[in-house]
Amino acid sequence: MRAVRLLVVVATLLGAARARAETAQAAPTVTVASKKFTESVILGEIARQLAAQAGADAQHRAELGGTRVLWNALRSGDIDIYPDYTGTLIVEILADDAIGSLDDLRAALVERGVGMTDPLGFNNTYALGMLAERAKELGIARISDLRTHPELVLGFSNEFMDRRDGWPGLRAAYGLTNVNARGLDHDVAYEALATGSVDAIDLYATDAKIRKYDLTVLDDDRGYFPRYDAVILYRADLAARAPAVVANLQRLAGKIPAQAMIALNARVEEDRESEARVAADFLAESFGMTVAVRERSTFDLILTYTREHLALVGWSMLAALIVALPLGIAAAAWPRFGQGILAVVGIIQTIPALALLVLLMKPLTLVGLSGIGDTPAIVALFLYSLLPIVRNTHAGLRGITPQLRESAEALGLARRVILWRIELPLASPTILAGIKTAAVINVGFATLGALIGAGGYGQPILTGIRLQDYGLIMQGAVPAAALALIVQAAFEVAERFIVPKGLRLARP
Amino acid sequence: MQSAQSAIISLAQVTKTFGALKALDAVDLELAAGATTALIGPSGCGKSTLLRLLIGLVKPDGGRVAFDGESLTSANLAAMRKRMGYVIQEGGLFPHLTARVNVTLPARYAGWAAERRDARVAELAELVHLAPATLDRYPAQLSGGQRQRVSLMRALVLDPEVLLLDEPFGALDPMIRARLQDELRNIIRRLGKTVVLVSHDLAEAAYLGDRLVLMRKGRIVQAGKLKEMVHAPADPFVTKFVRAQRRTLKVDKEAG
Repeated sequence: MRAVRLLVVVATLLGAARARAETAQAAPTVTVASKKFTESVILGEIARQLAAQAGADAQHRAELGGTRVLWNALRSGDIDIYPDYTGTLIVEILADDAIGSLDDLRAALVERGVGMTDPLGFNNTYALGMLAERAKELGIARISDLRTHPELVLGFSNEFMDRRDGWPGLRAAYGLTNVNARGLDHDVAYEALATGSVDAIDLYATDAKIRKYDLTVLDDDRGYFPRYDAVILYRADLAARAPAVVANLQRLAGKIPAQAMIALNARVEEDRESEARVAADFLAESFGMTVAVRERSTFDLILTYTREHLALVGWSMLAALIVALPLGIAAAAWPRFGQGILAVVGIIQTIPALALLVLLMKPLTLVGLSGIGDTPAIVALFLYSLLPIVRNTHAGLRGITPQLRESAEALGLARRVILWRIELPLASPTILAGIKTAAVINVGFATLGALIGAGGYGQPILTGIRLQDYGLIMQGAVPAAALALIVQAAFEVAERFIVPKGLRLARP
Repeated sequence: MQSAQSAIISLAQVTKTFGALKALDAVDLELAAGATTALIGPSGCGKSTLLRLLIGLVKPDGGRVAFDGESLTSANLAAMRKRMGYVIQEGGLFPHLTARVNVTLPARYAGWAAERRDARVAELAELVHLAPATLDRYPAQLSGGQRQRVSLMRALVLDPEVLLLDEPFGALDPMIRARLQDELRNIIRRLGKTVVLVSHDLAEAAYLGDRLVLMRKGRIVQAGKLKEMVHAPADPFVTKFVRAQRRTLKVDKEAG
């Protein structure tokens, strides 16, 4: 009965989280999202402030994911607005449509229920960059010059390595068949370039680091890279639901030239100003809007991350307990069923976290839950927590000596009484150890929730990696480690209350 | 053999195999009400299996086990078990419960009120010579002999008609063992219950049992008094078994 009540509570709370997004009738709720790089976050923040200025209750899920994740979230309605680039849309998302012009693109998007603003003014195309000094030394100025330097190592972001409009296309267009290219995280690419580990990297034309590292952008002499004009995408239903928001977004058309974007990027990446502040200043300068920016203290932020992190861990652990304990008991009672269950939860454990989060999006959307944010994170953490609890419950119950099992049976006690009064208390040290393992692992895994916009300690870590700000990384990493230790200690204290005294005496 | 009327437990053509091993091979046995029967034989002869069969821990492959004229089935097993008390070799006490809770567990779930349980515990503690304070300790805090006494109390708490003892003193050292044998004999006499005990020790079996049942390879070789086994062995194995055990006795006497 208690388990049923808990389930109801969980379902109600999950429901409430969704309902929150649908309550305010007067002010339309608008969710903006951005990709995991500074420029996208700034544009997302600008869009959020414009939406708020148009009277919407707007929130920004910063650094939500890559192109696919955002596109799918937009189509499914988890988000309403996100910034993207025409080149990305044409080559990556709508590759089968053979789009030639901006009008074609707009029409193709409308078919999919997506609206698009006019280009914002800058073309953030892909480019290849080298240290200016090294490029000069080797006499390289154009991409085609790379053909005569097979000794060079090119370091490309993983996305660039894989996508059709990235390295595979570039390689074919320039005949760069003998070039040594390897994948690396874009956030560390500049350091790799500066230290000479790689000789050239892919970068964006408005990248703030071009100036910081004194890079030469190689000339795309064969005109390979398509135009990557920045645009804001929005769900078509937004025009009806919140017309003022769409009108406000449209005002951005042509208002952000490349130099302005590089400056905005630099203010965030080099000067460590917040995206919200930079976006507000931009809106003040360009449109004379006054946007109040709430600068939050580090303490306040850590408090928020802590609350988010605890929510992820708490709900997923609660759900895991409700499901895993009965599964473990059933697995111990019916060995054949047990084999199957242990195999299934074992396989779940081997799915890489990022893959699991992405795999969960579709099914969650189909059952009417959000594919982004804390729902998929909690579901993923719940799934990962099953194995240690199920396995230890099973092992603890199967490990009871035959003498004790038979003594209990011979007393003529009901099956239920044997389970509650004898078997579970005897297995409690092992079961508790399993729960402890699950909880400690869960605290660590929960940092990955930030990858899909669930917040928590992963958020400052993710932002810190993007901005190469070690202080920010520590803001997430240190509390996460501390929380894991606290959880561990809490379980050791709990053990004294949960494990029966007689068993603690019996153990050496 | 006893007459059918006074038999409280009867086995007819009972067979049990574990894989290739025939633990019980077409066993017929009647156990008289109020008598103490000792099952003896070398290890692996099937005596423990027979005892476990009586309380339903082992299900026969063939034949019939009847308690008080009624066949044991999975439907009546729980009720039948409440009419039997069972003590296994190491006592089988639950380590997470105090001795008192161990003893009263069956009574609690049989719906006994606290006063009735307390009275019963006091009565049984006196019977097995256990100080009441001992009962608030956990099994890990008790000596082997104390554990065995608590285990006997637990088996007796519901005042069962039949007491089943599987090597009750197997794990104890000889001094305590001898003392407990004395006490157990007195207890059995005082209670007048039907007792079935398993032992590999002929002296113990003869001392406690009214009747011995000697088993070998899943069959009953001879049932009766020790005297009959010595003077009228049913099989050369009986003589061999008795001699082997007597030699031990002699050595014991010389040493003492």
